[in-house]
Amino acid sequence: MKELRAWFRSGSPWIWMNAGAVTASIVMVAALIILIAVRGLGHFWAKPVFEADYIEADGSITLLIGEIHDSEMVPAERLREAGETVAAGVDTLRRYLVKTGNRDTGGLDFRWALESRIKAKRYPETLMVLERYEWGNFYGYLRSVSEDGTLVAEGEAAWETLQQRLERNRALHAQIRQIEKNAIGSVNYRLERLRLAERRLELDRVTPGSRAYLDLAEARATLQREYEGLQQSLGELQQQVARDSIGAEVMDGRVVEIPLAKVVRAYRPNAMGAVGKVGFYMGKLWEFVSDDPREANTEGGIFPAIFGTVLMVILMSIFVTPFGVVAAVYLREYAKQGPLTRTIRIAVNNLAGVPSIVYGVFGLGFFVYFLGGNIDQLFFPESLPAPTFGTPGLLWASLTLAILTVPVVIVATEEGLSRIPRAIREGSMALGATKAETLWRTVLPMASPAMMTGLILAVARAAGEVAPLMLVGVVKMAPSLALDGNYPFLHLDQKFMHLGFHIFDVGFQSPNVEAARPLVYATALLLVLVIVLLNLAAIAIRNHLREKYRALEH
Amino acid sequence: MLTLYDAPMTEPTLSPARRLDAVDSRHSWRMLKDRMARYGVALGGSSVIIAIVLIFFYLLYVVFPLFVPASSEAVADYPLPGEGRTLYLGMEEHAGMAVRYTDAGRAIYFDTTSGATLGEVTLAGLGESRISSVARGAQGSQQLVLGLSDGRAVVVRHRFAISYPNDVRTVTPTLLYPYGETPLEVADSGVALTRLAMSEGDDLLLLAATDAAGRLHVVKFHKESSLLDDEVTLQREGLVLEGEGVAAEFLLLEPSQRHLYLAGASGQLLHYDVSDDEAHLLERVRLTPKGQGLRSLELLVGGYSLLAGSDKGEVSQWFPVRDEHNNYQLTRIRDFHSQQQGIASIATEERRKGFLAADASGRVGIYHTTAHRTIMVEQVASSPITQLSNAPRSNAFLAEDAQGRLHFWRVHNEHPEISWSSLWGKVHYEGYEKPNHTWQSSSASNDFEPKFSLTPLAFGTLKAAFYAMLIAVPLAILGAIYTAYFMAPRMRQLVKPTIEIMEALPTVILGFLAGLWLAPVLENHLPAIFVLLLLMPLAVLLTGFAFHRLPRELRARIPEGWEAALLVPVVMGVTWLCFTLSLPLENLLFGGDMRSWLSNEMGIDYDQRNSLVVGIAMGFAVIPTIFSIAEDAIFSVPKHLTFGSLALGATPWQTMVRVVILTASPGIFSAVMIGMGRAVGETMIVLMATGNTPVMDFSIFQGMRTLSANIAVEMPESEVASTHYRILFLAALVLFLFTFVFNTLAEIVRQRLRRKYSSL
Repeated sequence: MKELRAWFRSGSPWIWMNAGAVTASIVMVAALIILIAVRGLGHFWAKPVFEADYIEADGSITLLIGEIHDSEMVPAERLREAGETVAAGVDTLRRYLVKTGNRDTGGLDFRWALESRIKAKRYPETLMVLERYEWGNFYGYLRSVSEDGTLVAEGEAAWETLQQRLERNRALHAQIRQIEKNAIGSVNYRLERLRLAERRLELDRVTPGSRAYLDLAEARATLQREYEGLQQSLGELQQQVARDSIGAEVMDGRVVEIPLAKVVRAYRPNAMGAVGKVGFYMGKLWEFVSDDPREANTEGGIFPAIFGTVLMVILMSIFVTPFGVVAAVYLREYAKQGPLTRTIRIAVNNLAGVPSIVYGVFGLGFFVYFLGGNIDQLFFPESLPAPTFGTPGLLWASLTLAILTVPVVIVATEEGLSRIPRAIREGSMALGATKAETLWRTVLPMASPAMMTGLILAVARAAGEVAPLMLVGVVKMAPSLALDGNYPFLHLDQKFMHLGFHIFDVGFQSPNVEAARPLVYATALLLVLVIVLLNLAAIAIRNHLREKYRALEH
Repeated sequence: MLTLYDAPMTEPTLSPARRLDAVDSRHSWRMLKDRMARYGVALGGSSVIIAIVLIFFYLLYVVFPLFVPASSEAVADYPLPGEGRTLYLGMEEHAGMAVRYTDAGRAIYFDTTSGATLGEVTLAGLGESRISSVARGAQGSQQLVLGLSDGRAVVVRHRFAISYPNDVRTVTPTLLYPYGETPLEVADSGVALTRLAMSEGDDLLLLAATDAAGRLHVVKFHKESSLLDDEVTLQREGLVLEGEGVAAEFLLLEPSQRHLYLAGASGQLLHYDVSDDEAHLLERVRLTPKGQGLRSLELLVGGYSLLAGSDKGEVSQWFPVRDEHNNYQLTRIRDFHSQQQGIASIATEERRKGFLAADASGRVGIYHTTAHRTIMVEQVASSPITQLSNAPRSNAFLAEDAQGRLHFWRVHNEHPEISWSSLWGKVHYEGYEKPNHTWQSSSASNDFEPKFSLTPLAFGTLKAAFYAMLIAVPLAILGAIYTAYFMAPRMRQLVKPTIEIMEALPTVILGFLAGLWLAPVLENHLPAIFVLLLLMPLAVLLTGFAFHRLPRELRARIPEGWEAALLVPVVMGVTWLCFTLSLPLENLLFGGDMRSWLSNEMGIDYDQRNSLVVGIAMGFAVIPTIFSIAEDAIFSVPKHLTFGSLALGATPWQTMVRVVILTASPGIFSAVMIGMGRAVGETMIVLMATGNTPVMDFSIFQGMRTLSANIAVEMPESEVASTHYRILFLAALVLFLFTFVFNTLAEIVRQRLRRKYSSL
């Protein structure tokens, strides 16, 4: 007891408490990152699919097929309140969230199942999972493969046939996509430009029937022909794709027919070995980063979101770097150091702490409605009342984020400039260099790592910022990328997809949150990785820089 | 050097003077470049700074019109166009034209600025009968019902048909008869209708009228459209009531076709329910104070509120309020006392909850009910005003005086909804039982009363920030103290970047985890959190004591300043323990379900996405901000102070508390300020981790709606330059100023501190 009191008097309990606070913070960060990593990476792993007899609440036995999505412990009391019969004396029960898929036949694709009622759980090797373009996953047994309604393969042979025909369909799908997205998209784009050109002529009061109109009509006719040609080949391809179908048996014993055109891939997770699973994992991972989203963003990849984020960040860097550096050079090298400069410095510093949504409001009001509206009046009267730049888009989003991050670049560059020893500048001046030459030849090169740090921090901040973007340009689903093969190639007025917004949208506004959740974790993991790497790079550069200047000072 | 010296040798033709020129011109070119760089950088630098300042001024520029007082100016006055006494005045959308119905059954269309007659139409189907009463239809319908001396009534609609034949604007005055030119039978033939009211629904046309004999007629015309053509046939169903001793001066029917109001000149009002086949007298109310008569009665847009103008110039607003017995009673909500003479006419706005009142001294007042604001009172005419008409966009009005002149005024009154009380005070909104703070901006129709109280949003913002700070401040400051002062340098090199990474984590990820992972986890393991708060410090202390009791050799193996690393398994273990204990605890103490226990036993409602979730998630976001600045402040306390203290025999902890924290306290304070600023402005976390309902409830188990989340949700749908849009900008400006002021204060404190350190 006495020892305890002495220990308390020494104050070291408080030191331990302080240490506890640090530990708690660090553990929280680590736990968060591990949580995202495990959930995000786990999503692509081919999970085993089980089949079991399930005793329903009314005592009847049904067949349950699916994969375990989640599990939790529930107090028995809560189940009793919900009307379930639970044996007396049981306090807690484990229950699983089972993904049963088959939304088209069963209605719901998830159900809760109590562990105690799952009997005779087994993992048949022939159990098949289909990933589909619509209606989510399918779980069941392959029974037959048909071509134009006639049976081609049955039983075990059907699996091989299915895989071959899927391979064929994959090639056809690629062709269809090529035509739909690129060729037809391009024709539509050119048609739209023709329409605008014609409207322009009307606005300029060119007499109808003049040469210009005829040219447009001619061009339109050519495009129309091209369009019809494309439509025709598209129709043929679609017919070819629709050729095959399979018969598959679902949980309740029915055999349903599924057109192969709707199937992305088919696999038997229980029959896969470790190598097969790893291969499958890599394939899914690649699909995730390189493919377009499917099914209201809950399946498929996130390539457009990655692309949109990167493009926006690059544009933002182009805006923010020169302006931020010039402002910092002005503040540090040219402006007279006095109360005014000090005030400006504090103000710039504090702008970094202004809520990002405020920048979004400013961007929407000033850039989109004011600047964009006026640009439309001046340069794009032909498409009014549909706005061109008077609506949220890529340009305004990157400008808004440039304003949001410019304090970061200014502060970092200034810090870099202030660390450069006086002696270096004086040496340069003493050799007869002008101030501009000193700056350009010695000071700025030496401060360039600091600028780099600032830029990296700015990029990291911009990549993770969502609130302002919701006002100035992101959408849940962009029909096309902002950079494509149509003149003028970079479409600054287009809306774009963004990783951060994707997380918000799919996680919170998706109709099927449960199905979308793993994908959101994966997206979050990607975003965290990008940002952590960027920050680590900035920290490394900064530390390296400090060492360098420390050496210079002595 | 050598080449410079050699140069003249190889070019002997170059005279020394020209050589100097060349050097000179090169020199001046360099000087020019230097100057250009100077001006270029100055220009670029200051323009960036100006662009940043622009944010503030642009926000101010958008918000400013909210606080600009309304103005009005007289445009023209002219004698009445056409003959006859005015029954009704109406204006078209742009207030460029108006129509005047006269007692002779003519509709005279005229230009509002010049008074020139544009055309005249005579009402059809009147026959021998005269017009004995008039009532307007719903706001914006441009419909009138005219009561005739033979007990019938006709519904008329005026249209301002504008066409541009040969690029000349031509107005074709038109009168339409939606229910046919033949008047509808209201009372027995031969009895003049003295007062009239109309309410039109999708399948029912409801008319009410009083006749010269003092009876009240309520007539329903059921619309039946035949399947073959668009023809509508009316099925009449009439009802006659004897007078209740009130001589009807005013008769009003509201749009939901339920309530009928009949009022006399003394201020007595009878409130009927006419929704059934019979009419029930619900209540009698006196609308004016003793000694004051009732001079005018109108329905506010939406038809829910009554506006009663007294003969002493007072206007009061009334609407039915539900009492504790679930009965609705007409209640006086608010009064306007800005005019002195009897209110001769009230004209309500078509799209807002405002109205105009004209009095017997020739003055017109403009008011807004929700904001409880007298916007302006203007002397419009020198004689009493008899008729008043408000333009559909409320940007002009037309008043007729007793001398037969019309006065046309333009009004600039964009944002009457704004007043201190409507933004921050309790307001009694239509349909509510008592005054309260409400934010409900979305409007499906003009009838909706927008509720722009910023109080619940500001409350939500501070509530979220409070719970976040509750979690972040202790963790961050204690952590900073340890990291800056007690931690081993090697470990510090690991901890600081980790915290920086923590700061860089996108808030959308924190919000997503809070909303989709943490919220359900907390809901299912509610006891765990409270046990954790209790057990964690205890476990840490126990570990410390146990470590203290360890044999000296073992203790010496672990160098000083690694306590935090030792605690990692403890923290993880205790957390795990708490979550496994949660379910048994819930079974033991709360009957298996803490949520229902909370709501049943304690009366506390539990939202899944509540302040606790927000507090933890936002606390997580704020910890690194506070930590970094506080750590910096503590770490840069001059070493000779601590050495001095230690040399005098103080323990490290004593030195910490008495010397270091005391010296660094301004820095810690500024860290908390900056953290607070971040918590107040954070958007994504609160957007995702709360239900975003604007409630005024401080409970930790309830959600909130913050200013920033509100902007994110509503801004994209807000109409540009509307009051709602400007209020959202005001919210942004408030956030901007709040964080800017907090951060500047913190920064100044920090700079002071830095100077103090350097002088020590």
